[in-house]
Amino acid sequence: MILIGERINGMFKDIRRAVKRRDPEPVREWAIKQGTAGADYLDVNVGPASDAPVEAMTWLVETVQEVSDVPLCLDSTNYDAIEAGLKLCKKPAMINSCPADRPKVERVFPMARDYGAKLIGLTMDQKGIPKDSDARSALAMELVAAADEFGFPLEDLLIDPLILPVNVAQDHAVEVLNTIRTVKMLSSPPPKTVLGLSNVSQNAVHRSLVNRVFMVMAMEAGLDAAILDVDDEEMLDCIATARILLNQEIYAESYLNVFKSRGQ
Amino acid sequence: MAVDLIKERYTSRVGEVVLGATADEGGTRSHTITIGGDSTMPFLRFEGEVPNRPVVAMEVVDREPVEWNVALREAIGDEIKDPAAWAQKCVNEFGADLVFVRLQGADPDLGDAGPEACQATVKAVLDAVKVPLIVIGCGDDEKDNEILPAVAEAASGENLLIGTATEENYKTLTAACMVHKHCIVALSPIDINIAKQLNILINEMNLPLSRIVSDPTTGALGYGLEYSYSIIERARLGALGGDRMLAMPVMCTAGYEAWRAKEANASVDEFPDWGPVEPRAVMWEALTSTALLQAGAHLLVMRHPRAVSLVQKHIDAMMKE
Repeated sequence: MILIGERINGMFKDIRRAVKRRDPEPVREWAIKQGTAGADYLDVNVGPASDAPVEAMTWLVETVQEVSDVPLCLDSTNYDAIEAGLKLCKKPAMINSCPADRPKVERVFPMARDYGAKLIGLTMDQKGIPKDSDARSALAMELVAAADEFGFPLEDLLIDPLILPVNVAQDHAVEVLNTIRTVKMLSSPPPKTVLGLSNVSQNAVHRSLVNRVFMVMAMEAGLDAAILDVDDEEMLDCIATARILLNQEIYAESYLNVFKSRGQ
Repeated sequence: MAVDLIKERYTSRVGEVVLGATADEGGTRSHTITIGGDSTMPFLRFEGEVPNRPVVAMEVVDREPVEWNVALREAIGDEIKDPAAWAQKCVNEFGADLVFVRLQGADPDLGDAGPEACQATVKAVLDAVKVPLIVIGCGDDEKDNEILPAVAEAASGENLLIGTATEENYKTLTAACMVHKHCIVALSPIDINIAKQLNILINEMNLPLSRIVSDPTTGALGYGLEYSYSIIERARLGALGGDRMLAMPVMCTAGYEAWRAKEANASVDEFPDWGPVEPRAVMWEALTSTALLQAGAHLLVMRHPRAVSLVQKHIDAMMKE
């Protein structure tokens, strides 16, 4: 399971303020904290409000890399900002993200290939997020075809079937789980799958409970990666236990500790 | 049309453990021996690397093992009465890569040798041979916790492989190996979950994973070998899949197990169809050992010189390019 720490994102107030004032402290703190918690990647997103995204991304990548050698997941809809970040990354990065939208596909897939980056592909196009699994899978297939067309390795492609908040779009969770299963049958080798997990619980009362339960369900469906709160210890316990129950890891009494200390 | 072989690709490999220490490293061995490091299932070199040849240690006991089969004792010769001379013969004549010293004489019922006597035995063997050494206690937890730290101290710097740690009794030995820089044998009862747990417990005391060798308990041919086989194989698959807590090289006490089998001891008078006991027993030990190599053993502990020679020949053949 590839765990991508969600916290360095301008959607969070402390990071938004830090990016605006170029205050490195909150960014450093979250970089270290998430690295210690065992994040495999750190998502970095300057936030929607930033008026100079290229400069902001450059600053954010540099600031994180001053204190952490965890690979970065460059998160932006501005591809110039992503490319500026890619140039600075010391380790192969991940690009978050590219929808199944032709002009964007033509811009992002060659860039991902040339920088040796992994790429998150979204099952949405200019018309938005589909309602059901079949339509999501069709868009996933377009992304798989694009990988083939641009010579991008399929095992480096992560399909995100886009989960929506359960309190406003309850019917989507089942469709997302079905998409995760279907995506595994699209090609050989199949692409990986990823979720922006915390989205499922936006504005819900029991946020972390909803996140944990959905995470375990998605793991059973075959999920390979998640962008999530890696500091949620009980979430890590759930993931570790699901790995045992799915027979992905051999049981030992201390399995929780082993999972939590795996990055150290 | 050419047929493409379907090959497995593994993400990880078995850990490497270095045994012994040369003068440069603070010991007195002529060379070190590295075990493990495989990035594939046993001997499947078309799928990955087998960087280190499996090795054979020969067992030496600190008291004359009068209960051993006479055929085995005669094959070893008079040296069986003196651990240092016995060790020398194992290395110089019988082709042992390492010497495995069993401090059985410390057993309260078999001589009750004290810490000083055990230190002296290990020192004598260290003086007699220059290969890396394995030292195993008598099997009585309380007594082993007395003698093994003493041995660890006396041989400080030699990077011995000392055993055995079990789930019920690992702290004293782990601490001794930490302080005096030795490797440890982690023994589990043919149980993959306990094998992993014990590695975790030892590692949580800060002994590095690169200093743990796993003994998953060996069954002899006809006496549960298939259980050992599947445990060793499953651990190897875990290691190759990235499970660091199961990625230890594996030691198997093949000689001890094989020579306990009825087939290695029953006389020809009792079973005329079975033929003479000595060649039968040698084959029992050799076949137990080669099966364990196929399961994934990195370090075999053996007894009979002819069985050792057969197994060494087999390893040579398996490792040939």
